[in-house]
Amino acid sequence: MVFGKLLSALKKTRDVLTAGLSRLFSGRKLDEAFLEDLEEVLYNSDLGPVGTRIVEDLKVSYKKREVKDIAEVPPFLRRKLIAMLEGCEAPLVRAPQAPTVILVVGVNGAGKTTSIAKLARHLQLQGKSVLLGAGDTFRAAAVEQLTMWALRMNIPIIKQGTGADPAAVAFDAVAAAIARKVDYLILDTAGRLHTQKNLMTELEKIVRVVKKNLPDAPHETLLVLDGTTGQNAIRQASEFAKSAPITGLILAKMDGTAKGGAVFGIRDVLPVPVKFLGVGEGLEDLEPFRVESYVDAILKFDNPAGS
Amino acid sequence: MFDSLANALGKAYHAIVGQKVLTEANVDDGIRAVRQALLEADVNFQVAKEFVADVRQRVLGQKVISSVEPGQQFVKCFHDSLTDLLGGQATGLPIASNGPLILMMCGLQGSGKTTTCAKLALWLRKNKKKNPRLVAADLQRPAAVEQLQSLGKQLGIAVHAEPTTARPPEVCRRGVEFAKAHGHDVVILDTAGRLHIDELLMRELQEVHDKCKPHGVLLVCDAMLGQDAVNSAKEFHARLPLHGLILTKVDGDSRGGAALSIVKVTGRPILFAGVGEKPDDLEEFDPSRMAGRILGMGDVIGLVEKAQSVIDEKEAEQAARKMQKGQFNFEDFLGQLNMIRKLGPLKKVLGMLPGVGSMLKDVDLDDKHFKRLEAIIQSMTVRERQRPEVIDLPRRRRIAQGSGNPLDAVNGLIKQFKTMQDMMKRMGKGGGLPPGLDGLLGGGGGAGPKRGGGGFPGGFPGGFPGGGRGFPGGRRR
Repeated sequence: MVFGKLLSALKKTRDVLTAGLSRLFSGRKLDEAFLEDLEEVLYNSDLGPVGTRIVEDLKVSYKKREVKDIAEVPPFLRRKLIAMLEGCEAPLVRAPQAPTVILVVGVNGAGKTTSIAKLARHLQLQGKSVLLGAGDTFRAAAVEQLTMWALRMNIPIIKQGTGADPAAVAFDAVAAAIARKVDYLILDTAGRLHTQKNLMTELEKIVRVVKKNLPDAPHETLLVLDGTTGQNAIRQASEFAKSAPITGLILAKMDGTAKGGAVFGIRDVLPVPVKFLGVGEGLEDLEPFRVESYVDAILKFDNPAGS
Repeated sequence: MFDSLANALGKAYHAIVGQKVLTEANVDDGIRAVRQALLEADVNFQVAKEFVADVRQRVLGQKVISSVEPGQQFVKCFHDSLTDLLGGQATGLPIASNGPLILMMCGLQGSGKTTTCAKLALWLRKNKKKNPRLVAADLQRPAAVEQLQSLGKQLGIAVHAEPTTARPPEVCRRGVEFAKAHGHDVVILDTAGRLHIDELLMRELQEVHDKCKPHGVLLVCDAMLGQDAVNSAKEFHARLPLHGLILTKVDGDSRGGAALSIVKVTGRPILFAGVGEKPDDLEEFDPSRMAGRILGMGDVIGLVEKAQSVIDEKEAEQAARKMQKGQFNFEDFLGQLNMIRKLGPLKKVLGMLPGVGSMLKDVDLDDKHFKRLEAIIQSMTVRERQRPEVIDLPRRRRIAQGSGNPLDAVNGLIKQFKTMQDMMKRMGKGGGLPPGLDGLLGGGGGAGPKRGGGGFPGGFPGGFPGGGRGFPGGRRR
């Protein structure tokens, strides 16, 4: 099954959350104490203030008699969470004319380079030709890291040494992608904290330079978020969107016990789709994001008997 | 980091500040604001609940001191609770009774272990005069070994590395032996990032621990972590007895709540904080001072310590003498500017001053201003720098052009400089010198340009006063 991996990757997630949920539902009445506990459970899955919002909505629905008893709460939550992620599901964009340029950005240690390798593999398995651009010229050995992945997959890579101008690497990589007529160019960038103004300006320059050879590029600018990050992910999303035309998210490190619940709050500041989930350390541990599977995997309502 | 906590506390403070006495009702108002801020800052639900209960108890349990305002009392209690939560007194690294000090780093992927290893080695060499050796035992992530090697090369720190086909526990063991044989007094083991639920890799970590018997295991945690931080930290701590934590990416705008939760659930303190991308951007973590920073009380001790580490005492003393004699010229001014710049980005420095941090939150303060001043001065000839009075209009025009600044900027600097000089001369004559400062300068002697006029017994306590005096003058624009 396509989502088998996601489900198993999120197993721990569900255990944490559904342990809370099943304990929460057994022998309870829909009262103030229950609502408080529900809020705590949602809060513990990194939904943050969104969790409070859901509980408020539940109260309103209860008053309107739309939700009458506790048995109706799980389907209510499922509907609610799915509705919040409406428009969150979309395939990778493809340029009308090759190459499609994908720029990958994010804070330090979010998982950009690994996600790029997985993304390249994903495209390679679809029979597409891929070129990588080693744009992280700042961190020691980042270029070597991407080069090793490229070698493993037998994918060409455009690179300069550590310390080179990342915009120059981007320029060269776009030119090479056009000359070599590849289907996709994936450009790596150095990790940068969104609070560092000079580095965000550098990112703006990279975007400008990419456009020099291909005015409609980058066709996708993917922001990689660490699934274990809390509410700060929302700040990252809104700040990165100011310096780069973010078109989608990759949620990395979703194979742990983290829930990535900040995704719900991000909808308010940056309503772009989540394109992929990173669910392991292997090259093929990247899965397209599916709203229903994600919500079900979190709430485990696909198999209520098992909970 | 921790900004919103400071803001929320401000709210709580205002709710209470007007009150004559602390009552349960007005304390609860303050407490509620604090709780909300903690929750929004990713503090674990249970941790927030317990913390708030602790503050409440302290506030209501204390004796009413009539001379102290209720708001201040509240802040004091909050400060104490926060200091306790952050780990009480500052605790350092462990001490090795014989042989090298062995430190083992561990953490999730992408938390910043490799970078922190290099930063810590540099810190130990600089501050503790140690001769560290790094061991590259992250054989999982491609090029992690190369990353550590390249950092080692850049900083001149020895790195033990082996082919990635080796097993990490063996690499660590050999690394330690090698370090012993070569007279290193610190060994830092860089292990691969791993998920706390990865049984195989967690066992490997225990094997490293068994083989190397480190004096301290340090968990490296990302300051931006969410609720899951508690789960992973608990698991790491259950597998390996942690000595302490190193918090990374503190220079972001994360509210750092997860860090508070980790300290609470592991009972281990934060020892260091990574505060930037440069190798020397690692600071010792002092709970009380950090609590002060959170509460907007500033970190004056941190600032003074920093100043002492970068400011050359003799140079500062010399500059101060010249100031007094009215001999202070543009070259001295340039020297002072450089000293201030060595303290770090202006915003960071000013953020350490009480009350300034929160005011600067949205101010776009950059260091370009300093650079501009520097460019203007560097466009002057040596004579102009030494004798500013010779700078006439044609010279100003040339300086403006040479430094790429409008004439106004040059005029401004020169005017400002003159004002500063006049002020210093007056001070040197002992005119408007406040009595305290008078004493500090050693009796306010040295009137006039005569050398050795009144003498300066003993010099200044610390180098900062001299450097500091140049600072306000240079900044007034």
